[in-house]
Amino acid sequence: MFGLEALELARIQFAFTVSFHILFPAITIGLASYLAVLEGLLLKTGDNTYRDLYHFWSKIFAVNFGMGVVSGLVMAYQFGTNWSQFSDFAGSITGPLLTYEVLTAFFLEAGFLGVMLFGWNRVGRGLHFFATCMVALGTLVSTFWILASNSWMQTPQGYEIVNGQVIPVDWFAVIFNPSFPYRLMHMATAAFVATAFFVGASAAWHLLRGRDNPAVRKMLSMAMWMALVVAPIQAVIGDFHGLNTLKHQPVKIAAIEGHWENKPGEPTPLILFGIPDMQAETTRFKIEIPALGSLILTHSLDKQVPAMKDFPPEDRPNSTIVFWSFRVMVGLGMLMIFVGLWSLWLRKRGTLYSSRPFLYLTLWMGPSGLIAILAGWFTTEIGRQPWVVYGLMRTADGVSNHSYAQLGFTLVMFVVVYFALFGTGLGYMMRLVRKGPKTGEGDEHTPGGPGQKRTPARPLSAADEGHEADSSSLSKGN
Amino acid sequence: MGIDLPLIWAVIIIFGVMMYVVMDGFDLGIGMLFPFVQDERDRDVMMNTVAPVWDGNETWLVLGGAALFGAFPLAYSVVLEALYLPLILMLVGLIFRGVAFEFRFKARANRRHIWDKAFIWGSLVATFFQGVALGAFIEGFKVVDRKFVGGTLDWLTPFTVFSGLGLIVAYTLLGCTWLIMKTEGPLQQKMHDMARPLALVLLVVIGIVSLWTPIAYPQIAERWFSMPNLIWFMPVPILVLVTFYGLLRAVARNAHYTPFLLTLVLIFLGYSGLGISLWPNIIPPSISIWDAAAPPQSQGFMLVGTLFILPFILGYTYWSYYVFRGKVTHEDGYH
Repeated sequence: MFGLEALELARIQFAFTVSFHILFPAITIGLASYLAVLEGLLLKTGDNTYRDLYHFWSKIFAVNFGMGVVSGLVMAYQFGTNWSQFSDFAGSITGPLLTYEVLTAFFLEAGFLGVMLFGWNRVGRGLHFFATCMVALGTLVSTFWILASNSWMQTPQGYEIVNGQVIPVDWFAVIFNPSFPYRLMHMATAAFVATAFFVGASAAWHLLRGRDNPAVRKMLSMAMWMALVVAPIQAVIGDFHGLNTLKHQPVKIAAIEGHWENKPGEPTPLILFGIPDMQAETTRFKIEIPALGSLILTHSLDKQVPAMKDFPPEDRPNSTIVFWSFRVMVGLGMLMIFVGLWSLWLRKRGTLYSSRPFLYLTLWMGPSGLIAILAGWFTTEIGRQPWVVYGLMRTADGVSNHSYAQLGFTLVMFVVVYFALFGTGLGYMMRLVRKGPKTGEGDEHTPGGPGQKRTPARPLSAADEGHEADSSSLSKGN
Repeated sequence: MGIDLPLIWAVIIIFGVMMYVVMDGFDLGIGMLFPFVQDERDRDVMMNTVAPVWDGNETWLVLGGAALFGAFPLAYSVVLEALYLPLILMLVGLIFRGVAFEFRFKARANRRHIWDKAFIWGSLVATFFQGVALGAFIEGFKVVDRKFVGGTLDWLTPFTVFSGLGLIVAYTLLGCTWLIMKTEGPLQQKMHDMARPLALVLLVVIGIVSLWTPIAYPQIAERWFSMPNLIWFMPVPILVLVTFYGLLRAVARNAHYTPFLLTLVLIFLGYSGLGISLWPNIIPPSISIWDAAAPPQSQGFMLVGTLFILPFILGYTYWSYYVFRGKVTHEDGYH
């Protein structure tokens, strides 16, 4: 029992540090592509609104990138410190994939990021645009590697086991494992949608304060086109991802649906709400729609979906959690689609920028994408349990042998430190958002960067406002 | 055929750790020198001497961790599990310090002291536990059946505490001589006054480690004192003494660049001495780089990308230092 508690603490600790970390890369991925689009539109149309928006968002991008690097430092060590048996077992596959992810990120930082953040007035417009595109591409390549690693843990192939160790046999099969294409698409799209809602909420905030200008309007408009077009696409990708999971991890789907047993000859219902009870092997207080489960998951009205009781208890993930985390994700996704449709209607009526109920909803939907990403990851990772590498190694066998006290101590420390530090970082990002886009910012000479003597090229120094400024007392640090 | 992948990877990782120690060493040292400098403007200068480069320095630490995971998963799992607490504390120290670096310059004047403290304590904690981890690494790990079987606090011994304190001295001297090189005026004078005592303390530390390790670990004694090794390795301690002599002379004649360069030589020699003591074990006392290696498919696959990207990272590193060469004054604001 004590061992179980330590295992749980190790899982909570890893979940905590990785959940904090993923928020930053998600915004990095989305903003990098957004910036590339903004700059592309600027070059195409010559409309300076795009330039103002580019400069506004590139500062927020820089701070966010910096936070991602600092929180990522911990992740490079957490596999070994918390999951040493897993690391030894699967390190020859997940290790190289992680190395490629890290190398890609550093390659970016070493090259194009500096040009992108500091090179506006120093390199040609075409070259600068190229650098921005490379940064956007690089964030996606980094995503590619880390998701290859995670997907391999979900649906492993291309390996053999020799002396209790995983050995890669075919790297192509390892990387392009069955769940990888779906997971990659789902996560990259999630990053785009989450960023669109973050951008949209910023615009709504300014509009609600009466700061109505072309740049703010453009922000809202672009974000809402994204919501309208990409949120439904994401739902379709999610559906395909779900079918893929049904094929390779049926018990995960059964847990997500809170679906315990099939009655002979009857199609599977869809449980809308309920409270799955792992001990009693049932879902309490459920509201269900007959046959809808079969329709969604098998696209037929007679085939049954595998149920929890088809699997031995020791192989079942915790349905109580994934049932709800999945519904949080899907619910937020539906809300996003709704916001997109509402925006279209308001756009037709010409009140997109002035409807206060709509702007308030958009403001509150600001973190929705990030929450949905976390909920989605909780679903897929907790749904993978009790396995760390699906079907090959149980999480309980992968954990390091640390005491309860030790893990408890470090967990509390991580919680305190992360909230203090990244809380400050997020606060600083919010301050930058609050300032809003300024006209003609690109004409100023941005300090720093490649080719300049004695100026910094670190991402965070690209944003030079004080983080708790009532700027009068701001020091010469600027 | 014929390519010794574990050897190549060991060289890459040893090189990476060396890069990290050399480059992050002096900026951790600056954090630990902060309490000795009260003047706000001087503190700004101290931070500004490393502000443009510190995050690149930590690149090597992340890369080292990931590369160890992929190339030597056994070492990654055993060493990281055994050193759980010191490593976590080191990482927390490093992130504290990293964020302090950025936010100190952006904070209101009356809040700045908070980030000053975060910077000082972050540097101190990170350095101490790095030294503890190093000491524990020398002491070795109990491994049975590819599993670490030692206790939670095996890493806490008089020797590891001593090596933690020793690394604080070493990094502080690095930071001190770095500042002699990068600053001028009263701040430089102050660092100049501190260099000699620091160097003498470091000499004592190195002396104690050089006696302690062979006495406590027969394997290490045999490595150094058996023939013909003794003759081959003799230059290392001799060079250490010569370098110390040069360092003290350089400080005495008020040189600006030589003290830092000679301190780097010292660190390099100490690192080589460590390598001689432990080679070819990646999990002391008995698991070698070949025992702990990932299969060639893994090491080969990683090598392709690493050899492609490493030159870019090295080029970028060189370029950042080149751009920021020369003295830093009160007038330079990097933020």
